[in-house]
Amino acid sequence: MGAEITAEGLVMTYGDVRAVDGVSFTVASGEFFGLLGPNGAGKTTTLEMVEGLRKPQSGSVRIDDFVPSRREPELQRRMGVQLQASSFFERLTAREQLDTFGALYGVAAGRTDEMLEQVGLVDKADDRTEDLSGGQKQRLSIACALIHDPDVVFLDEPTAALDPQARRNLWDVLRSINDSGRTVILTTHYMDEAEALCDRVAIMDAGKILELDTPAALVRGLDAPVRISVAPGTLDAEAARTMAGTDDVADEESGLTITTRDPARILTELAHRDALDGLSVKGASLEDVFLDLTGREYRA
Amino acid sequence: MSTAFKSLAVAMLKGFFRDKMAVFFAVIFPLMFLALFGGLLGGSGGSKIEVEQVGKVSVLDDAPKEVRAYLKESLDIHRTSDEKAAIRKVRKGDADAMITQRGDTLVVRFSQADQVKAATVQGTFQGIVQSANIAVTGQQPKYVLHADQVEDDSLSTIQFFTPGLMGWAIASGATFGAATNLVVWRKNGLLRRLRLAPVPTWAVVLARIAVSVAIAAVQAAIFIGVGVALFGLQLTGSWPMIVPLLTAGTLSFMAIGLLAGAVAKSEEAAVGIANFVVLPMAFLSGSFFPLDGAPGWVTAVSEVLPLKHLNEGMLDTMVRGEGPGAALMPIVILLGFAVVVSAVASRVFRWDD
Repeated sequence: MGAEITAEGLVMTYGDVRAVDGVSFTVASGEFFGLLGPNGAGKTTTLEMVEGLRKPQSGSVRIDDFVPSRREPELQRRMGVQLQASSFFERLTAREQLDTFGALYGVAAGRTDEMLEQVGLVDKADDRTEDLSGGQKQRLSIACALIHDPDVVFLDEPTAALDPQARRNLWDVLRSINDSGRTVILTTHYMDEAEALCDRVAIMDAGKILELDTPAALVRGLDAPVRISVAPGTLDAEAARTMAGTDDVADEESGLTITTRDPARILTELAHRDALDGLSVKGASLEDVFLDLTGREYRA
Repeated sequence: MSTAFKSLAVAMLKGFFRDKMAVFFAVIFPLMFLALFGGLLGGSGGSKIEVEQVGKVSVLDDAPKEVRAYLKESLDIHRTSDEKAAIRKVRKGDADAMITQRGDTLVVRFSQADQVKAATVQGTFQGIVQSANIAVTGQQPKYVLHADQVEDDSLSTIQFFTPGLMGWAIASGATFGAATNLVVWRKNGLLRRLRLAPVPTWAVVLARIAVSVAIAAVQAAIFIGVGVALFGLQLTGSWPMIVPLLTAGTLSFMAIGLLAGAVAKSEEAAVGIANFVVLPMAFLSGSFFPLDGAPGWVTAVSEVLPLKHLNEGMLDTMVRGEGPGAALMPIVILLGFAVVVSAVASRVFRWDD
């Protein structure tokens, strides 16, 4: 199970645009790896080069000992690919889609029921794909990618265009994908998704990887302050300012917010003063990391 | 490998037969035309001139046997002795002409009510008299009229229209099928998805060909079945040759469809381009009416259209009583067309947008 992926110095230009501009990374066997960035950052092109859909103009990709752009069946049988929600045969039912994709990989028909079960589509098995909801289509699309029990799975923005509820439901399915030790590469433009799912994340912008680490390490490395808020009237703004460890205080109608790099001390102090009404604590997120790296707001 | 091919073909077939609009336009719509032409025009095909002959008419009665046999095909002669009654019949339109002989003069009386018939009657007997005159001189005629009949007039309406409309139906089915299939699969990413599956590209292409040929076979079976059962279609000649003809034709039309699909940016555009090609092609290839009366440039244009050759081949082998050899040239031309257009299509082809 699993496969090791090495990408080195990948470059792809379209006209004058360097869509991917010297991207290198390695993914360990069994790792859940994320390519995160806004639209146009070069995530999908990078993924396509790793999958073997595009040959890099320069640089190289290896999946174990294979060069994916050679499209060797041996490698392709070990790869599961989810491209888009709608990459289905027209007017087939969910079951028929899985049977068809299964047949392409020489999989026994029994796998279909197993996959329907795993992605929670048993009661939609006989519905045509066109009649499924966005979230159900994505589940089916992931099931089609997993039908042949691949060692490495590529997911290209699997939760794009889903409502927040459907996205979170899908995360459970996505988490289970690498339970059995599969290597997973996911592209996403959702920060929270990368944080919730990925072992390591490469943050991309304008064709380059800006930073690559575990989500926690990225946030830690930022050394960003924590924002602690309490309900209005719970604490006097002046008192807050004099507390040890406070960097900044914002007194607004919605409540009082203390910015600090020593949240433990502030929380202890607040508890001591019995000033915990409406408490909320917000640490830095990948959003802040992106802001810090690029100097601009993250917009998906 | 064969399971991949089979499952792809099955998936595409299901996709086609579940698409009610596609089935309608590939099968029901052309059948409606067959019913229209077969039913409405059926009665008017191949009518003869009805002639009332009064007394002896030597140019007819003494004409050589082969001339009489030929005249029999165009004239329906009814002998009578009552000249007045015969003229009355012509006046009422029950007969097209009255003829009798006075001395060396052939008298023809006709009604101007039906001008087309009137002209035909005059022309026919003019010709009969001329040739009788030459025969009397005992000379071999210097000029010979090569009276090659306009072939399709000899075919009854249904005999002519079944192959033509069938050709049109198959051309639409194969062209639209290939064009929309290619665009939809490119747009929804299925082409890319299949490229990443351990399936060679030729297996995908072969599956599409098999499906198109199967659909063409179903169309042909329905057309011939309906034609024979309801409209009195009679198959003569080497009609089983339609199997290789249809296969070669389908390949040609698929090639057009693939080119349309490769060029088009959207499904609507693909359908538009396919329409733009198929409908004029059907008219120019004689699917809806015979081309014998068409001006030279139309005939010239039609020579480059695959449907024209498919129609010709099917007419020859289905209803004109020709042997299998008549299908060979059309098959060669259709295959050649398919190769050339496919080659062009593959140059324009993209895996994704």
